[in-house]
Amino acid sequence: MSYLEIKNMCRAFGGLKAVDEVSFNVEKNVIKAVIGPNGAGKTTLFNLIAGSLEPDSGEASIGGFSIQNLPPYRIAKQGISRTFQNIKLFSHMTVLENVMIGRHIRSHAGLIQAMLHLPHSRREEREIRERSMELLDMMGIGNLAGQEATSLAFGKQRIVEIARALATEPSILLLDEPAAGLNIYETAQISDMIMKIREKGITILVIEHDMSLVMNISDEIVVLSSGKKIAEGMPADIQRNEEVIRVYLGEDDA
Amino acid sequence: MAMKKYLPVFVMIACIIIFQVAVSAMNREFYLTQLTMAAYYSLVILGLTVLMGYAGQISMGHAAFFAMGGYTTAVLTTRNLMEVKDSAIIDLARSLGLTIVEKNAYGNEIQHLSPWAALAAAVILTAVIAFLIGIPILKLKGHYLAMATLGFGIIVYRIVLGSRIFGEADGISDIPSFRIAGSLAVSGDPALRVQNFYIASFLVIVGVILLMNMIDSRVGRALRSIHGSEEAANAMGVDTARYKLFIFVLSAVFACVAGVFLTHFNGGIGPSEADVMKSVSYVAIVAVGGMANLWGALIMGVVLNYLSLRGYFGSYDEFVFGSILIVIMLFFPEGLLKMENARSLVRAAMRIKNKIGAGKKDELS
Amino acid sequence: MSLEQLLQYVLSGITNGSIYAIVAIGFNIIYNTTGIINFAQGEFLMLGGMTAISLSAFMPLPLAILAAVVITSFVGALIDFLFIRRLKSPSVLNMIIVTVGLSIMIREIALHVWDEKVRSLPYFSGNEISSINLMGAYISPQVLWVLGVCSVIVVFLGLFFKFTLTGRSMRACASNLTAARLCGINTRNMVTISFMLSAAIGALAGCVISPITQTQYDSGTSLAIKGFTVAILGGLGNSTGAIIGGIIIGLLEAFSISVLPLAYKDAIAIAILLVILFVKPSGLLGTKEAAELKEF
Repeated sequence: MSYLEIKNMCRAFGGLKAVDEVSFNVEKNVIKAVIGPNGAGKTTLFNLIAGSLEPDSGEASIGGFSIQNLPPYRIAKQGISRTFQNIKLFSHMTVLENVMIGRHIRSHAGLIQAMLHLPHSRREEREIRERSMELLDMMGIGNLAGQEATSLAFGKQRIVEIARALATEPSILLLDEPAAGLNIYETAQISDMIMKIREKGITILVIEHDMSLVMNISDEIVVLSSGKKIAEGMPADIQRNEEVIRVYLGEDDA
Repeated sequence: MAMKKYLPVFVMIACIIIFQVAVSAMNREFYLTQLTMAAYYSLVILGLTVLMGYAGQISMGHAAFFAMGGYTTAVLTTRNLMEVKDSAIIDLARSLGLTIVEKNAYGNEIQHLSPWAALAAAVILTAVIAFLIGIPILKLKGHYLAMATLGFGIIVYRIVLGSRIFGEADGISDIPSFRIAGSLAVSGDPALRVQNFYIASFLVIVGVILLMNMIDSRVGRALRSIHGSEEAANAMGVDTARYKLFIFVLSAVFACVAGVFLTHFNGGIGPSEADVMKSVSYVAIVAVGGMANLWGALIMGVVLNYLSLRGYFGSYDEFVFGSILIVIMLFFPEGLLKMENARSLVRAAMRIKNKIGAGKKDELS
Repeated sequence: MSLEQLLQYVLSGITNGSIYAIVAIGFNIIYNTTGIINFAQGEFLMLGGMTAISLSAFMPLPLAILAAVVITSFVGALIDFLFIRRLKSPSVLNMIIVTVGLSIMIREIALHVWDEKVRSLPYFSGNEISSINLMGAYISPQVLWVLGVCSVIVVFLGLFFKFTLTGRSMRACASNLTAARLCGINTRNMVTISFMLSAAIGALAGCVISPITQTQYDSGTSLAIKGFTVAILGGLGNSTGAIIGGIIIGLLEAFSISVLPLAYKDAIAIAILLVILFVKPSGLLGTKEAAELKEF
């Protein structure tokens, strides 16, 4: 059985069908890319999976457990974590604090414990801090821990966002255009990073426009166009797929 | 580490003691009266700072929660229960020791509900109301949230002003003192000024420590993340709706407790405590204090309330708070009590000085 | 309730409602060009009324009203120059706080200029006891003045936004500020004009309603809240909605007096406001998706 299953997902905005009857499966521990021209409905699909948008119909499930109609924070608890196309770091908080938010669902201190600063919550707080710091070191940005997150360079912000998502210890990571706006050097870094994350046993679903990156890292690819799935398969097959070529290059050139 | 964190608290305690000793030595204890009142008001400010500054949710109706505390205790502790016969609830309250028998000015015995029971009732009532209105209100954002909380505040004001039970425009007076233990009592009696100053200071210190700990914790971080990006916070597993409600109720309870104590200290309460202008001045103080800055809010809360209560602003009181709002938002949107602002002020002053200097030189040459 | 009584209530509802609609349209004009809800909108009505009252001692009434409208619209421009322009990339919270502060300042200045006394303009025609018999209901001629002036304002604004270059530019700003700027529209000036326009129609409404409801330094606040209720009910930014909303709120308020004690009259509009905010914040004529796109 597949790990993440998406069945007949539909969502319309007014008359526009942004996502139209999309179904596909993601096996455990693979990297699957979602590609397609602008406006194909990729980010909408992510929002539907992560629960920030409600689908008109269709269903998503993790390991057979339906996550339909759950609010985003419950879906996060089920093991799906994500990054955003237009980076959404928490302003007025340091890099370390941003990542520490990711530990929220892995810790428990409530209002009373927090207010009274009980030993248990102090211990937990130390653990959160240490784990977050480890993550930052692993991503090679430990030296930025104390800086305000939203003041960092664009590329660094993307890495912080990935670190924050990883801090929730997800089983599935949704990356929305992780290389957008990055230079070649940074893109290569991100590519290594994604491979490293997969080695930790995390399933990755990634939206990306950079084709060389996609072809390099992904095990499987889903192609969307105008809300519909038009192809699915290995990178090599997708590269040869006539319909995909037509969608990407335009009818006349094919 | 822990000591460093609590250093401001120790400094504050030292300031409180030094101030009291100095004032008593100079025979100027009447200063303590307004300072005690200012301290209670800053309890409201502290709660609002966490709601507005840290969680990013504006409330323009916080005076309503203060009034709920004050009026609840006023109503409950001024009823003479001697006149009430055959009531199961009151019999129960009597048997639980929740009532107090005293002699009034005419030497007649009167029995009223213990302020402790009234405090508990006020806190529960306020928490329940804040919870119930918080559910729909906190779904709103920005202008809508501001208007909805403002509307809620106005409705409470109208109810207070229009109901016989709340004394309409006159309010409620002759509220008994709040005996805490032995001879320790919250009361406006001039002989008890010093101890009342310490009671109020104690509450503020407890409040500030609790909130400081909270901000520095998993819960506080979650609140700040809501301010940063509600969508991202939700995606990281923070139940944003629940946390917003949480902090709304908590800050309402802070205002309510302040209302209860200040009402006993003043011996009365009037509808002006529920006025929208009151709520707006609380927002102004939080803004001046630097929004997400507990200590800034506390200092500004004490200073501005004290000046206002001593009547330094005269008939321009509301004008002062209105202009504070504008000046802060235009020139110091991050608040006044920020180091960068202090520095930029110094730089600006230097520039002006240099300019004047240069101007003088020009004149000379 | 007799038919005459019913008619009486309906007329008083529509009269107040049309004033609320003008306040709501004032909100909309500024909101559309700036995204700011101007909490000081009610103060424009008070300023207009008060200025006209003071000036009417020296000059004929129509001239006093005209002068009051011009002066108030300059106050609107001044607000933009002194405060709104200086807000650099403000958050919604900042914008709310600034206009709330402005509202308090204007009110307090008015208190020191005019004291606490309740004043009113004389009736435009006839006096307080003259009345017109309309199918058995007696109405003051001033009611006709209110309805007439409000209709003229609405028609004028409609023509202004449709046929003048400035009006069209303002609509362009409303639908997309950046695009409008790229098309060479001076968006800064449009903001100034929107404040002036909003202040001017507020002042005119404040004058025409003054003989009926009277004017005091703090009479702007409750008008602002009712106007906001109406603006929300009709869908923020939608002026047709504001007219419909104004009449609905006016009627509800008029009929509520026959059921509830007068002290709660003001609370009615606010209760309605809360209900709309909780149930359908996009209002009657606003769509849900449009409301979600806007940064509140």
